[in-house]
Amino acid sequence: MALKDITLGQYFPGDTILHRLDPRTKILMVVFYIVALFVARNALGYALMGVVLTAAIQVSRVGFKAIRRGMKPVYIIIVFTAVLNVLYTPGQGEPLVTFWIFTIYYEGIRTAIFMVLRITMLISCTFLLTYTTSPIMLTDALERLLGPLKKIKVPVHELAMMMSIALRFIPILIEETDKIMAAQKARGADFETGNLIQKAKALIPLLVPLFISAFRRADELAVAMECRCYHGGEGRTRLRQLKYQGRDIWALCLGFGLCVSVFLLNHLGVF
Amino acid sequence: MNEPILKIEDLTFSYPVEEGEPRVVLNGVDLDIEPGTFVAVLGHNGSGKSTLAKHLNAILLPSGGKVYVSGMDTADEALLLDIRRTVGMVFQNPDNQIVANVVEEDCAFGPENLGVPPDEIRERVDRALKAVGMYHFKDHAPHLLSGGQKQRIAIAGVLAMEPRCVVLDEPTAMLDPIGRREVMETIKALNRDSGVTVVLITHHMDEAAQADRLVVMSGGKIVSDGAPKEVFQRVEELKTTGLTVPETVRLCYELRQEGLDLPLDTLSDEECAQTLYQLLQR
Repeated sequence: MALKDITLGQYFPGDTILHRLDPRTKILMVVFYIVALFVARNALGYALMGVVLTAAIQVSRVGFKAIRRGMKPVYIIIVFTAVLNVLYTPGQGEPLVTFWIFTIYYEGIRTAIFMVLRITMLISCTFLLTYTTSPIMLTDALERLLGPLKKIKVPVHELAMMMSIALRFIPILIEETDKIMAAQKARGADFETGNLIQKAKALIPLLVPLFISAFRRADELAVAMECRCYHGGEGRTRLRQLKYQGRDIWALCLGFGLCVSVFLLNHLGVF
Repeated sequence: MNEPILKIEDLTFSYPVEEGEPRVVLNGVDLDIEPGTFVAVLGHNGSGKSTLAKHLNAILLPSGGKVYVSGMDTADEALLLDIRRTVGMVFQNPDNQIVANVVEEDCAFGPENLGVPPDEIRERVDRALKAVGMYHFKDHAPHLLSGGQKQRIAIAGVLAMEPRCVVLDEPTAMLDPIGRREVMETIKALNRDSGVTVVLITHHMDEAAQADRLVVMSGGKIVSDGAPKEVFQRVEELKTTGLTVPETVRLCYELRQEGLDLPLDTLSDEECAQTLYQLLQR
């Protein structure tokens, strides 16, 4: 089991403009980018999106390698989507190839290419967000952005707190899993061989102690938080204050501009 | 004389048991702790020392008797936040008391909850991290630090709330010898330099020996209370509670049993060596 491969919320510290942008701006830009991706209908639109993404990755200095590594688990989904689109998109013109029960049209290939580009860029841009923003900034920004929902009784603060605590305990629980696995292996447990059902069954002696320990941790953490006067989000101040800077306004304009340009490009009748 | 910061009057506590008699953990504890002192509470497992600690900032409420923190009754729910900002608490497992992903963010958690303005949080966090010697780790992720360092972060997190008293419940139990020494140094510096009242719950003799005052607990009661030098001289009495004395005291005690005239107040290695040296000179 490759526990160390989990890149969830992995943050590359740095001091580029992308790192310095307000996390709320970054989240909003990702939203703009995703909207633009779904608005884009022709090659020009996708080309523009690609250029913007490449530029952003260059500026952030996280490197294409990191993005590619993050994409690994979704390759299968991408290939699957592509194949389905090629095979099942009906077209008006002459079929390109016909074999067995399938007929492939020009439209099918076009949709497949666009779909692959769309998924790739969508995932890359969200990765770029988590790579350039520390988890604590992200949860902070989400809490602020969703703040208005408090009025309709959505427990925004509690959700943000849960998220940040979950992030805090991921490395601890992974380490613990490794330890319990080693301990159970030493007692003769076998996690590798057997079919799927046998493997699932082999996980029980791993999961039971893990859950017990997680509950105990949760209990102790709750007491420790209470001791430090935690009493919900009410009247709470923050060490780090989020403040929009000039660059955030420019960035947001850029994001909005991107949406508009992609929309306009749709009406240029190319490809 | 100053008003005691912690005042415990005839405290009893028992856990309810589903069937039969409730299990009595504390049985009539009376204790006053003066501000600015360093008190160690010593006892073996099940002596009630951790339960006592949990009464000091209202995590547990007395079944009988009273606990006052700076004159505030811990049973009064309206005073809860004031009580908890006066008495900070550090626990055994450093991992389970660190809340945030970044050292300084964790340190800020307490003051944030108290609604301290951001500029002042910044000052408090920096001061607290400097006090425990972890300032240059402020941007680190806690899970990459050693046990002793994590425990110092936990102490800093409590200090940032500017408590008058810090209760530490076996803070060194999960640490290696280096971590233990780091944490003990931090605790002593805290008491000496900032005048914070320290209550250290422990079962390590050598840690207890470093305090100003030593309270020995057994069976939910206080069995001995005084300066470590006095308490450790009552070797037989300690033995009946299942505790041993520091190695140096034990050596002198055994020699005394053999008829040599030795004092029993030799808590540190140097003192012991000096005493033996003087004996041999004679």
